[in-house]
Amino acid sequence: MQSSASTAGAPAAPVPRLAMHFASLEVQDNAARLGMWLFLTTEILLFAGLFICYGVYRFLFPEAWAASSRSLDLTLGTVNTVVLITSSLTAALAVHYAKTGKNKAVAVQIFLTLLMAIGFLVIKYFEYHHKFEIGTLPGRYYFYEGIQLPGAPMYFTVYFCATALHGLHVVIGMVVLAFAMVRALRKGDFGPNNYTMVELGSMYWHLVDLVWIFLFPLLYLV
Amino acid sequence: MTPSSSIAAPGATPAHEEHHDHHPSYLVDGTTIKSWLLTVDHKRIGLMFLFWVLLFFLVGGIFALLIRLELLTPGPTIMDAMTYNRTFTLHGLVMIFLFMIPAIPAVFGNFMLPLMLGAKDVAFPRLNLLSLYIYLTGAMLALWGMLNGGLDTGWTFYTPYSAHTTTTVAPVLFGAFIIGFSSIVTGINFIVTTHTMRAPGITWFKMPLFVWAIYATSCIQVLATPVIGLLLVLVTVENLFGFGMFDPARGGDPVLFQHLFWFYSHPAVYIMVLPAFGVMSEIVSAFSRKNIFGYRAVAYSSLGIAFVGFFAWGHHMFVSGQSTFAGGLFGVLTMLVGVFTAIKVFNWVGTVYKGAVDFKTPFAYFCGFLFFTVFGGMTGIALGTTSLDIPWHDTYFVVAHFHFIMVGATIMAFLAAIHYWFPKMFGRMYHEGWGLVSAALIILGFNATFIPQFLLGNNGMPRRYYEYPERFQALNVASTAGASLLAFGFVIIAMYLAYALFYGRVAGNNPWRSKGYEWLTESPPPTHNFVGPQPTYPEEPHFYVDPKKAEVPDAV
Repeated sequence: MQSSASTAGAPAAPVPRLAMHFASLEVQDNAARLGMWLFLTTEILLFAGLFICYGVYRFLFPEAWAASSRSLDLTLGTVNTVVLITSSLTAALAVHYAKTGKNKAVAVQIFLTLLMAIGFLVIKYFEYHHKFEIGTLPGRYYFYEGIQLPGAPMYFTVYFCATALHGLHVVIGMVVLAFAMVRALRKGDFGPNNYTMVELGSMYWHLVDLVWIFLFPLLYLV
Repeated sequence: MTPSSSIAAPGATPAHEEHHDHHPSYLVDGTTIKSWLLTVDHKRIGLMFLFWVLLFFLVGGIFALLIRLELLTPGPTIMDAMTYNRTFTLHGLVMIFLFMIPAIPAVFGNFMLPLMLGAKDVAFPRLNLLSLYIYLTGAMLALWGMLNGGLDTGWTFYTPYSAHTTTTVAPVLFGAFIIGFSSIVTGINFIVTTHTMRAPGITWFKMPLFVWAIYATSCIQVLATPVIGLLLVLVTVENLFGFGMFDPARGGDPVLFQHLFWFYSHPAVYIMVLPAFGVMSEIVSAFSRKNIFGYRAVAYSSLGIAFVGFFAWGHHMFVSGQSTFAGGLFGVLTMLVGVFTAIKVFNWVGTVYKGAVDFKTPFAYFCGFLFFTVFGGMTGIALGTTSLDIPWHDTYFVVAHFHFIMVGATIMAFLAAIHYWFPKMFGRMYHEGWGLVSAALIILGFNATFIPQFLLGNNGMPRRYYEYPERFQALNVASTAGASLLAFGFVIIAMYLAYALFYGRVAGNNPWRSKGYEWLTESPPPTHNFVGPQPTYPEEPHFYVDPKKAEVPDAV
């Protein structure tokens, strides 16, 4: 793997590709990283809107919020939290191995991350399935007899919007990481100078994790 | 070469004549359709944006004329009430989401930003191309929805009505959601470009003021657009499935919708108008042949407007049931926007003062722009005063106010930018006489359209109404006549610019003798912007007169 540090005047560096409009690889990587941070900012603001809806309606319907929160399965939620946090660890390890050029290890760590992501989605599926059965559904679909408080359907509107949007981000994150895994296996060219792809995918994955860390107490531990 | 450089600029000579023949301009470097559609060149992407943005401007303009024709008489004139509702909704949606928001950033920002920073391209060229196609996808979906029924909610699509109306809300809102991604991608791209792609010598305080304005705009795009993206999805879901998020019948809060909506849509006004301020800062300096007055104040006030703009949204909701305290607070914060705008106006006027004004078409638009910005801004301060806003709320006074800012300021800047950068983009010159004539027509037509609307609103005519009492007819006729004059002006511009595109005389590299960095390269620029090594920029971007030498003869 390429080991020499990239400098401004090194046009001959074969790995990775330096786009013609950048002064140096360092600038190119910085640009990619800054772009990713900005993108993560937009993601946080995307969820911020939902958090505001959550805050307003929780303020309006505190009893319904507490009762509805109890109806969730805390065990499954906790397991999911542990699974997702662990997957963030493996994603971080993938970056670590990418920096040292151990491509096999990168692929293994990403594979573990993806396995845990699938585990998360499977558990989420069972939670959703249970809700469809007992009728704790959003808005006009709500038919659960157990909680008949005003605002309980609203809780599940927020619940489903937030978890579905988060679930979508899990899937997108999986696709991004899967690309990095395939590259590690097929080309195996991650190394000290070329780990931005793994790093950015991992950053996105941490964001997915971070959003869940906020969603979990807000939804399950009211 | 850089012509007429009064002060020696070592290194600022990127193009060399011996390379000339081997480096065709970006316009002719690859002539296949594929070379345009799949290009990653920021200049070509900018031009493609220009094409689409102008097309949507035409569509929105036709809707505007239809509205004005309908309002020619107090009763029904050319359409029924439902068609009228759809027409003004589509006018607003097309003009705001498809034209105004991408107009200056995606066209001129794209084209000029790398040139002004001495870069060969934006930081993420492929994302740049993607943003064009995201925009087109969203636009097509929205247009499809408009043709298949249209929607009658007004461009603000307030709930609960937008969740229950039988018109096709979902595809249009989802289209606008997709367009939001295009806006975000462009914003991220420009911020990263400004941070990482500046050429050696271009420090933050040597960036052209247009770059500062685009940078501030991009910050708003990145921070505000996701919120409306989420909101558009929630309303779409509400409309399709009835989740009840903003439905009062199910405990939802429509005022919460309004808060989230204006949290984006108020800063969006600055997405539209800040780039206009940037364009004008360039033009006023270039055509006054004078250094910009108070460079740092102009630069910082762009960021100031972007910042304060995030805390003013509540002034759209003075009568929506928010608390009096919140109303007062938002009123004061709104006026802070006026402070920053006034700083800019003061500096522009200070730049013209004792300048050697070259009264060309862009400068004519600057004059119109200054008038519209000052009057639009001052009526804005008036509207930001809670006690005054309550009688004016939802009247034509508000319509006239925001058209003064959004059309008056932004369209003037858009037209000024087209005329100023036309030789840069196409290497040809338009007919100056026709330019001045149409500028006069447009400024007059614009005043004739909207000053009557101020009066109508002050007399109590509500906005969005299909019919009105007999006594409002004279002013409505005046407004429609003004709109026709405005349309006539645009037709003239379209004609002489189209003619100049093919038959205009070759302009040379820098017909305005501007000191802007974008003029240092050839016009039109070669594909990678510069030929030869990376140019350096020892001079300030608005440096026309050496202040030490210039002050002496005047110091009486």
